[in-house]
Amino acid sequence: MKEIIVVAEHRRGELRDVTWEMISKGRQLAEGIGAEVGVALLGKGVTQIAEALKPKAHRVLLVEDDYLEAYNSETYEKVLTQLMTERKPLLTLIGHTAMGMDFAPGLAAHLKMPLATDCIGIDAAGETFSLTRQLYGGKINATVSFLKKGPYMVTVRSGAFPPIEKGALPGEVVSVPSSLTDEGLARRFLQYVEAAVGEVDITQADILVSIGRGIKEADNIPLVKEFADAIGGTLSCSRPVVDKKWLPKDRQVGTSGKTVKPKVYIAIGISGAFQHVAGMKGAGTVIAINKDPKAPIFSVATYGIVADLFKIVPVLKEKVKALKKS
Amino acid sequence: MNIVVCIKRVPETADADVSIGKSGKDIDKSGLAFDLNEWDSYAIEEAILLKEKLGGMVTVLSIGGEDSNESLRKCLAMGADDAVRLTDPAFDGSDGFVTAKILSEAIKKIPYDLILTGTQAEDDGYGQVGVVLAQLLGIPHAALVNRLELQDKKVKVHRELEGGLEEVFEIDLPAVLTIQTGINEPRYVSIMGIRKVAKKEIKTLGVSALNLKAEEVGLSGSNIQLEKIFLPPVGEGAEMLEGKPEEIASKVFDILKDKGGLA
Repeated sequence: MKEIIVVAEHRRGELRDVTWEMISKGRQLAEGIGAEVGVALLGKGVTQIAEALKPKAHRVLLVEDDYLEAYNSETYEKVLTQLMTERKPLLTLIGHTAMGMDFAPGLAAHLKMPLATDCIGIDAAGETFSLTRQLYGGKINATVSFLKKGPYMVTVRSGAFPPIEKGALPGEVVSVPSSLTDEGLARRFLQYVEAAVGEVDITQADILVSIGRGIKEADNIPLVKEFADAIGGTLSCSRPVVDKKWLPKDRQVGTSGKTVKPKVYIAIGISGAFQHVAGMKGAGTVIAINKDPKAPIFSVATYGIVADLFKIVPVLKEKVKALKKS
Repeated sequence: MNIVVCIKRVPETADADVSIGKSGKDIDKSGLAFDLNEWDSYAIEEAILLKEKLGGMVTVLSIGGEDSNESLRKCLAMGADDAVRLTDPAFDGSDGFVTAKILSEAIKKIPYDLILTGTQAEDDGYGQVGVVLAQLLGIPHAALVNRLELQDKKVKVHRELEGGLEEVFEIDLPAVLTIQTGINEPRYVSIMGIRKVAKKEIKTLGVSALNLKAEEVGLSGSNIQLEKIFLPPVGEGAEMLEGKPEEIASKVFDILKDKGGLA
């Protein structure tokens, strides 16, 4: 039987959402081509996670080992090399996440498997697959094909495949012996470091006024801050603003920052790369201001304004002040 | 401490109106400004910071035509010692895997303790070259590094995870690290700075100098190929507010009042 393998992603005892998304997509593909879905679960003390996965897949390939307590690309590569050499899956799905980006390219190169990264669409095409991915920060989509024979590896963007509720499967947990030994690793896990707690918790705000690359200079931030103050909103931002050290990390909305669900989210000068959208798509109402009418933010916003932020924001501020008084 | 940094020159599309070019396989690049890939600017800055502290050589590599000299010179102006451009008509159509293979052959000729790349490129966003490079060179790696500290024959790195969490590893040198944006503040390069390095030689290496065969690189060596590009579907999209700024402002006020956006 042909097999699609999903590599489960979990951290500190919790399965990450991308795993369910990949299983869901994997099952949809498997039904179309007459394959089964196996979930590779590597860890230590993860039998509870295995039980949770069991009814969702044909099997859980469980590799338990003390050396797998924390993720490490080197142990993952060793274990998965053995597993995939034995099982020869038609397709392997891995998250295009901080974890998947760290081990999938090396594993694919080691196994000489064709790899397509950060895919948002996967379609079966005979014995191969057709992929959709994004270029230029999400402004362009591309159709990509494999040039070589499988088995194939695809890394999947978080949130690209919403989980579809499917019937339970009579899954089984298959214990796979680990090949890891105490031979030295060139890379050793030390610890996790939590994000520093800041003065402001943007996840608690009802109104967020968020700035992005379009703000251009740190000196322009007060302009938006005054507007935020006028409506009683809290200032937040997208990644480029934090990278440039204009606002502290605790103000960052997005995959590597905070996930927020305010009543109103106003995105100013934010193009709407998926890493940002992933952190704010739960907002009640989204108002986006951007000078590029094709900015991806407009496809997730409730209301859009195509304008130069430096022209429109001062007008908005004055209007709010005037109308609040009246 | 000898450091090799791999960089790429890319079109700046963050603020640009992007349209599909005639080939249907790439965007229309006429009228776009080009610059050093943003992730790579943090990688080269990190290399130069390390060199300033520990000494050694910083060599910067790029695959591309003569246009790429512009980005290589920017790195030289920032403080890199040497620049090498890998160029050959046979390289056209190379995917992420082949890109890493070409770089690995060039790096084998250079003494190194540490290799830095950007985590990904702004244009194709594969996010795989650095990690494949480590595999091909048979050395350890870490991706998405947002802090690093060199110790004797080791490097301690922080990897940026989701939700603000970081993961700390200790890695033996030599190693490849893919650098995340925000790790430092890339220095400003003045026109005078660029002028000072304008005459500096940029060596070029092609397929034969890299001990590669033409069929191993370009499209024929690649695992994936781009078929076509298209504009992303817009979905339902936003209700656009139009009119004079004053009128738009009134509409925004009404929306804020209605949706709980005034406190």
